[in-house]
Amino acid sequence: MTVDSRRAAPADVAVPPLGPRTGWPAGFAAVYAGQLARVRVARVALLFVATLQSVGILLLLRGVVDAGNDVTKESVVAGATVLVVAFVALNLLAQRLGAQRGNGGLDYYAALPVAPSAVVLGIAASYASFTVPGALVTAVVGALLYGLPLLHLWVLAPVALLGGASLAGLGALLGLLLPRPELATVAGQLGMSAVLFLGIIPAGRLPVPLRAVRAAVPSTYAVDALAGSFLRHPDWAGIALRLAVCLAVAVVSLVAASWAFRRAVTR
Amino acid sequence: MVRDDRRRAGSAAEGPMASGVGGMSYAVRDLTRTYPRAAAAANDRISFDVGVGEVFGLLGPNGAGKSTLVRQLMGLTAPDAGTVTLFGRDVVADPRVAARSAAYLAQQEPALAEMPVAVAVQTTGRLRGLGRRSVRDATGRLLDELGLGPLAGRPLLRLSGGQRRLAEVATALVGDRPVLVLDEPTAGLDPVARRAVWAALDRRRAERGTTVVLVTHNVLEAESVLDRVAVLDRGRLIACDTPGRLKTRVGGEVRLDLVWRDDPPMADATVALLARTATVTGRRWTARLPATDAREALGRLTSGAAFAALDDFTLATPTLEDVYLALGGAARDLERA
Repeated sequence: MTVDSRRAAPADVAVPPLGPRTGWPAGFAAVYAGQLARVRVARVALLFVATLQSVGILLLLRGVVDAGNDVTKESVVAGATVLVVAFVALNLLAQRLGAQRGNGGLDYYAALPVAPSAVVLGIAASYASFTVPGALVTAVVGALLYGLPLLHLWVLAPVALLGGASLAGLGALLGLLLPRPELATVAGQLGMSAVLFLGIIPAGRLPVPLRAVRAAVPSTYAVDALAGSFLRHPDWAGIALRLAVCLAVAVVSLVAASWAFRRAVTR
Repeated sequence: MVRDDRRRAGSAAEGPMASGVGGMSYAVRDLTRTYPRAAAAANDRISFDVGVGEVFGLLGPNGAGKSTLVRQLMGLTAPDAGTVTLFGRDVVADPRVAARSAAYLAQQEPALAEMPVAVAVQTTGRLRGLGRRSVRDATGRLLDELGLGPLAGRPLLRLSGGQRRLAEVATALVGDRPVLVLDEPTAGLDPVARRAVWAALDRRRAERGTTVVLVTHNVLEAESVLDRVAVLDRGRLIACDTPGRLKTRVGGEVRLDLVWRDDPPMADATVALLARTATVTGRRWTARLPATDAREALGRLTSGAAFAALDDFTLATPTLEDVYLALGGAARDLERA
């Protein structure tokens, strides 16, 4: 049925111009800042848990690991540090986006004139930054516990950011693609477990089939880059190459996540 | 609400720019949407226009298809068939059109839950393209206008339901969009806050000619705030007119509500007569009948033996709820208060 507007609206009424499209940097910055404000309320406890879990693993393994074996020590400390990154960027982000997708929270962004990629990157970047304090604490505590040099600790910054971005991209993909929030939660947890085992256990001690899996998991490259920085004479080219892998995974997964976002909000 | 403002608002919408949409903001034609695995269409061939500067309501019970309809107005849900244009621009072909012209308030905004009130409003303003300084100024003004100033630093999830909804309304108002699409903006608000929202909407219409599309299942809101109301039932548009004109459709009918203390005395002839047409909800009977019949029936009841069994009674002029029921609406969950 068609109904005319009975209320006398003037025929020569103005057509308002379209509102501005929010610029990409402004959109990214607004989403990022909004998420940082959120985390003070919502996630402090979980960030603390993420750090505590990794420091606990370091303490536990300190009693087990042969202190004379450098490869193992570096792997354990680097693996535990990247685990903090995975906990937050992969697991918490997958849960968050899965839940937001389930309860309609993504509509908020979809109804605003901001590019989906700015939203996804803004959220992913905020989760990647949340990992920095915990990762720093874990790396320092680990290095002190296992007697590793802290000289090249700055490598942690690109590791946390690029490793964080790659894992956040995957976390975002899981949260946005899996049909139910519970599945996103389970997948996030499984992903974190994979990072835990494949990251902390040195490659040489894994069974052969698992070595291939290890090579396929992006966190491996973050772990290896960080572990390499604990050596007295780091292989800088190797570290750079591994960080480049993290960057590539981050780019691909975040582009895919932007597409998944668009798909998730069009019901 | 001040009716006089309405009239002025009509002229406030006139502006210097080109015409071509005949005074319309939204034009909706034959909009149809069926969700996968759903038995019936959520929206079934819905058509209506919304005038510029109009406060247009969508009234209906839960499940009538109101939220699906507003999601399509915002380009968030694609229709299976039909068209939506906003100021002549095709919303279905380019969902960004709605995002750039209209502000949307969903029934719930979980994305904002953990943000402090001021941050939620500022973030939304920034995402609508406001600069840093103007968003700060606009946020301060809005929080004052809605009485949210003292809560600026509190996260939404730590507020009461009504305060939280009010803060969400503030996020919809920031950025001064020419169109506001609000899905139950006053749900859960106390009467004071509800009036603050109505006043805020009215002010924007008066000052800027803002168009408002507002979902409600509150009859009082529909009658006191809306210029025109589209009544939805099970996915269909069953009526669309001013509240006053809609009420004339049930013309001379009035509503007689009777509440019984115990079992109604069915031996009484008047009670037996009313029993044939009344809707029974527990011990409350609601009958709709011509005014003279209702007056006579009530006279007989209050002067006869049945009066002893009667706990309470009211005789009321028709509301939009009566219109909804008279038009064939089936659900009973419209709010009256």
